[in-house]
Amino acid sequence: MSRIHNTFTKLDESKRTALIPCLVAGDPDLETTLEAARELAERGADILELIVPFSDPMADGPTIQAASQRALAGGVNLKAILDAVTELRQQIELPIVMMTYLNPVFRMGMSEFGRQAKKAGVDGVILPELPVEEAPPWSRVAEDAGLDTIFLASPTSGPERLAEICKASTGFVYAVTLTGTTGARESLPEELIQNLTRLRMMSPKPVAAGFGISGPEAVRRLAPHADGLIIGSALVKMMEEGSKNEKIRRLGEAVTELKAAIEMA
Amino acid sequence: MEQPKIGYFGKYGGRFVPEMLMPALLELEAAYNEAKAKPEFWKELDEYLRNYVGRPTPLYKAAKLAASLAGGDNGNNYPRIYLKREDLAHTGAHKINNTMGQVLLAKYMGKKEIIAETGAGQHGVATATAAALFGMSCRVYMGAKDIERQQPNVKRMQLLGAEVIPVNQGSETLKDAINEALRDWVTTIRQTYYVMGSVVGPHPYPSMVRDFQSVIGREARTQILEQEGRLPDTLVACVGGGSNAMGLFAPFLDTEVNLVGVEAAGEGLITGHHSATLAEGVDGVLHGAFSLILQDEHGQVLEAHSVAPGLDYPGVGPEHASLHALERAKYFYVTDDEALNAVITLSRTEGIIPALESAHAVAYALKILPELPSSHCMIINLSGRGDKDLNIITSQLEGRL
Ligand SMILES: Cc1ncc(COP(=O)(O)O)c(C=O)c1O
Repeated sequence: MSRIHNTFTKLDESKRTALIPCLVAGDPDLETTLEAARELAERGADILELIVPFSDPMADGPTIQAASQRALAGGVNLKAILDAVTELRQQIELPIVMMTYLNPVFRMGMSEFGRQAKKAGVDGVILPELPVEEAPPWSRVAEDAGLDTIFLASPTSGPERLAEICKASTGFVYAVTLTGTTGARESLPEELIQNLTRLRMMSPKPVAAGFGISGPEAVRRLAPHADGLIIGSALVKMMEEGSKNEKIRRLGEAVTELKAAIEMA
Repeated sequence: MEQPKIGYFGKYGGRFVPEMLMPALLELEAAYNEAKAKPEFWKELDEYLRNYVGRPTPLYKAAKLAASLAGGDNGNNYPRIYLKREDLAHTGAHKINNTMGQVLLAKYMGKKEIIAETGAGQHGVATATAAALFGMSCRVYMGAKDIERQQPNVKRMQLLGAEVIPVNQGSETLKDAINEALRDWVTTIRQTYYVMGSVVGPHPYPSMVRDFQSVIGREARTQILEQEGRLPDTLVACVGGGSNAMGLFAPFLDTEVNLVGVEAAGEGLITGHHSATLAEGVDGVLHGAFSLILQDEHGQVLEAHSVAPGLDYPGVGPEHASLHALERAKYFYVTDDEALNAVITLSRTEGIIPALESAHAVAYALKILPELPSSHCMIINLSGRGDKDLNIITSQLEGRL
C-alpha cells in the first residue's frame, strides 16, 4: 500500500485530519525549499505538496503566480526539483505529492517523468489540467510506476463526474472548495461543508479540501468535514519577503498554528 | 475499451483544463452541436453576416500588385493574385465572423455575460460589437503591451461599452491575456460565456471557431469559380492562432489546392525573437490543447515576438499542428521588416492598407511571386485592415513614408 494510503489509515484510526501544506519548489531556491520542507515535517505536517513552477499557471491566483515567477527567475526546473526530492527523501518520512502543470511533464516525457518521480521518492501526483477524460495515458504510466494520481473534484462537477473522479483517484481526492483560482480567501462558499459531506459519502478514498483556506479559523471549521486540508497560498505567502531564516521562522509559526487548529477541531 | 478520443486532430487537440471548466466545456459542446443541427440558427447567423457584417466580402483581383512585381505592364501575363477582402467586414477584420457565431450561441444558451481575450484588439472589438448588439455585458483581457500599441482598438472597445482589463503578467501580450481570461472564467463559470478568438484552446473551440470562420473559404471558393472558372492553385493566410487561415483552408481541404500558412519570424528565427510556432515549436500543452508550443528544454513557455500583435503568440491551433504533421498544409515565415515592406507595397500599388498580421501573408506572396508561372492563381486572405496599426507602422518606418 502507498505511503499516502498508510498516512490516511493511521490518521483515521486516531480520528485526525491530515494537514497538507504546500511549497512552490525553488522559491526562491531549492535550498530554501528543502529547509522549509524539513521545518514543515518537524512542525507536524502529514503530507507535503510540492508545486512545480510553470510559466503560465492558469489555475493559480496572484500568490502562487508570484512564487512561481520567483522560482523560475532562480533557474529551477523539473529535473532539479526531482533531484531535490531525492535528497529530501533521505531526511523526511512523510508522503510527498507533486503538483505540476502538464507541459514540463510532456517535455520530459510522461513515462520518464513517472519513473524519475517514483525513483526520487514522490508518492503522488496532482495534474490540475488533466480531467478524467484525458487521463488514461497518464494513469497507465502512474500505475506502472507505482504513483498515486490525485484528481480534482470541483463545485461545478455533477454527481456522475464526481463518481468518475473518485474512481480514477488513488491516494486521495482533491476537493476544490470554490470556483476560482488558488489564493487565500476571507470566506469560503456556504455550501462547502455540504459538498464535502456528499463527496466523502460517495468516495471510497479520503477527501482532502483545498483552495482558499486562509488560516486557523478556516481550518477549525473545515477539519471535521474533510480527511485532509491543503494549505497553499496562505503558506506560500510566508516565503515572499525577508532573509531565508525569517521565511523559515514565519512558515514554522504559521504551520504550528494550523496544526494546533486541526488538533483542536 | 477506451472511448474514441473526442476533439482531436490526429494526436493534437483535446481538453486539458482544470476540472472546474470541464462541465462548462461539455455544456458548450452540447449547445453548439444542438445549434449546429438547427437550420434556424444558421439562418439567423446568415442574416447578421449579410446585413450587419457586410458579407460576402469581395474577392478582388489585385492586378496592380501582380504587375508591379512583374516589372511593368506586360499585358495580362502575370500570375493572378486575388485578395479575399476580410478587411471590408464590419469592424475591419475576419474576427467578427467568429464572434457573431459565438455570441449568438451564447444568446441561445441564455448567457448574458461575455468575456474574451484579445491581442491586436480586433477580436476584442468584434466581441464588444456583438455583445453590444445582443445587449450583453462584456469584459476583454488585453496585455499591457498590446494596450499600448493598439490604442485605437482599446478606445473602440470602450466606446462599445466593453470593459478592457489590462494584463501585466509575463510578456503582457496575447498569451497572458488568455491566462487571465481563463482565470476569470474559472471564477465566473456559472454565468459567463468565454468567446475564444482563434482556433486554439480546449475542444470544442478549435472546431467551432473554424466552422464559424469557414464562411471565408466557402465564399472564396464560389467567387473564384465565378471569376476564373476553376479552383486556385494556392491559398495564403497568416497564422497567429490560425483562425483566418483555417477559415480559408477548411472548405478546400478536400481539394488539391496548395495551402500555405505564414507565421511571424519577428526579428528573424535565429534571434529567438519570433512567433514561428509551427517552424520552431515542440509538442506540449498550453491553454487547454495539445499542440505545438514555443518552449524551452524544461517545458517552460517562451515569450513570442512579432511586430503584429495578433501573431505574437507562442502557441498555434491544434488543427494546424495536424495539417503540418500530415504536410497537407505548408507553413512559412516572414520577418517584421518583410511584413512592413508589404504594407507599403500593397498600400501604394492597390490603395489598400493591410493589417500588420495580414501583411505577413502578402509579404510571402511577394517573395514567391517572381518564380510563379503566369498561369498561377493565388488567393491571399487579407484578414484585416491596417488602421489600428498606424502608430506602429509610422514609428517603424520613420523617414521612409
Ligand atoms: C487582422 C488579423 N489577422 C490575423 C490575426 C491572427 O489571428 P488568426 O491566426 O486566428 O487569424 C489577427 C489577430 O488578432 C488579426 O487581427
